[in-house]
Amino acid sequence: MSAALHGVAACFTTPDEFLAALEGVRTAGYDRVEANVPFAVEGMDELLPGPRTPMARIVLIAGLIGGGGAYFMQWFAARDYAYDVGSRPLHSWPAFVPVTFELTILTATIIGVLGLLWLAGLPRLDHPMFAAPGFERASQDRYFLCVRADDPQFNAADLAALFHTFKAELVAEVPA
Amino acid sequence: MASPPTQPNPADAALVGPGETPTTVTARISALPLAHPHPRFWWIGFPIAFVGVLILCASIGWLFIRGIGVWGVDIPVAWGFAIVNFVWWIGIGHAGTLISAILLVLHQHWRTSINRFTEAMTLFAVACAALFPLLHLGRPQYFYWLLPYPDTMGLWPQWRSPLIWDVFAVSTYGIVSLLFWYVGLLPDLATLRDRALSRAKQRLYGLLSLGWRGDARHWRHYQKLYVLLAGLATPLVVSVHSIVGLDFAIAILPGWHSTIFPPYFVAGAIYSGFAMVLTLVIPLRAVYGLKSYITARHLDLMAKVLMATGWMVVYGYFSEFFAAWRTHDLFERYMMVNRLAGPYAPWFWLLLICNLGAVQILWIPTLRRNVIVLFIISLIVNVGMWLERFIIVVTSLHRDFLPSSWGMYRPTFWDWSTLLGTFGLFVALLFLFIRYLPAISMAEMRGLVTGKEGKG
Repeated sequence: MSAALHGVAACFTTPDEFLAALEGVRTAGYDRVEANVPFAVEGMDELLPGPRTPMARIVLIAGLIGGGGAYFMQWFAARDYAYDVGSRPLHSWPAFVPVTFELTILTATIIGVLGLLWLAGLPRLDHPMFAAPGFERASQDRYFLCVRADDPQFNAADLAALFHTFKAELVAEVPA
Repeated sequence: MASPPTQPNPADAALVGPGETPTTVTARISALPLAHPHPRFWWIGFPIAFVGVLILCASIGWLFIRGIGVWGVDIPVAWGFAIVNFVWWIGIGHAGTLISAILLVLHQHWRTSINRFTEAMTLFAVACAALFPLLHLGRPQYFYWLLPYPDTMGLWPQWRSPLIWDVFAVSTYGIVSLLFWYVGLLPDLATLRDRALSRAKQRLYGLLSLGWRGDARHWRHYQKLYVLLAGLATPLVVSVHSIVGLDFAIAILPGWHSTIFPPYFVAGAIYSGFAMVLTLVIPLRAVYGLKSYITARHLDLMAKVLMATGWMVVYGYFSEFFAAWRTHDLFERYMMVNRLAGPYAPWFWLLLICNLGAVQILWIPTLRRNVIVLFIISLIVNVGMWLERFIIVVTSLHRDFLPSSWGMYRPTFWDWSTLLGTFGLFVALLFLFIRYLPAISMAEMRGLVTGKEGKG
């Protein structure tokens, strides 16, 4: 066995087999688990370790900053370049609502998409998993599970045996 | 109404045809951009549409050379086709966002097979719409004066102006629609990368997919973001056309100065947008054999949305009449009389036939399920909604308060050629889209056919 190993990957043909195997691997105590699937399989998220997604917080804060900034900009502009029409107030807030609303949505969306890329570590065109045999079907109709080599109880032979008990179509060592 | 037993009721039919699995879904949908079946349809349709693009370029070129005078606009009708077409195109875009965002938030699974296509429709309709205010500026090279940029004279845009609201509403709508569409495309671009046979396509789709590998943690963030973006796009749809409605309503002109305008415009937008979706989807599913993804049930549901929004629009007409009848405003009353019997009355009656009359045929289930009837009605509604915007813009402007300043508006050749040109641009972009990108979301269809789709 070479030292430079990303992990041991297995490929499953149905979402149910994949979920059963994921549960099995987790019950066996493996923590550094990766999955690559063609769509978001229901129930997968609960079985995987890792923190909850901070996406909602990112989008909320971005929206608040965008909306607040937009309102401030209009308030500031109305004073910076005062335009007196029949002594109407410079701070005419109802007219500021449309732009404030639009910029709230715009900032939240742009920061949200950048946040996704940042959280997912994308763009990243290379990854060890791309070398796994048959990995091109992870974006089509196969469900991949991989236990990384840096897992404390990692043992390639044990894992291969475990994967085979869950009807893995294929088990392979993935080089780093 | 009971259907004969030999003909199943589409309302009970499944959203996906029988025997579909993730494998067949992926193979059939990715074949459209990768293998390009039915090239004759494409190679006949695309050049025709491209002629439209050339007409658009020529019309814009002539406009820039000679100025706004080549259009029929003048005083009193200073807003002619440019604003009519702008409001019409942006309204068409709204059905796309409605289908993909609002129906996602409401967990309506029937959106899945049409959302990608309608989002593309939204983008291209917004592109057509956004042209018109810019062309209408007169000095389009100074469009950036509308943006808050640090200029040396210390000037700011006028934040109380509807023109500025439009700039922010339309550009926000365009950018948000584009990002929502692109995020939804990421997993499918990865599929195309993995299935492409030529090196060039592998590289192109590989770059566009940003290295997406379907990692479970990516899906976790992705799904959350997708639902959040849908949640953000939902009020955005309502706001964009409300702002367009508000542009009219804050003017004191009879026929425009009406509180019903923002919601009435939103209903009209959804009405015309759904009509356009039907106009596009019916030929598409026939040519590319997508009937097991865009099923009879989808068409049935869209026809029902068309009927519902049609009645909302009719409520808007009723409310305009009622307000004119109940008000003591002489000018408001005259505006309505002028609509019914003035020089533009034939267009107004045609509009009622299209928007109020034609769609009632859909109450009859057998006709509603007839694809050809549905297609023709969708075309009629598109025409009717365009006429509605024409009537709103022109009849109010051409006879306002002072009879001495009345006038007529007659569209010129260049008005019509610009409108025709945007049809060309819209259709050409759609042809490029179905040629190079998956027209149906494969990732979501896989979830739908296995019944294992996770919730965001």
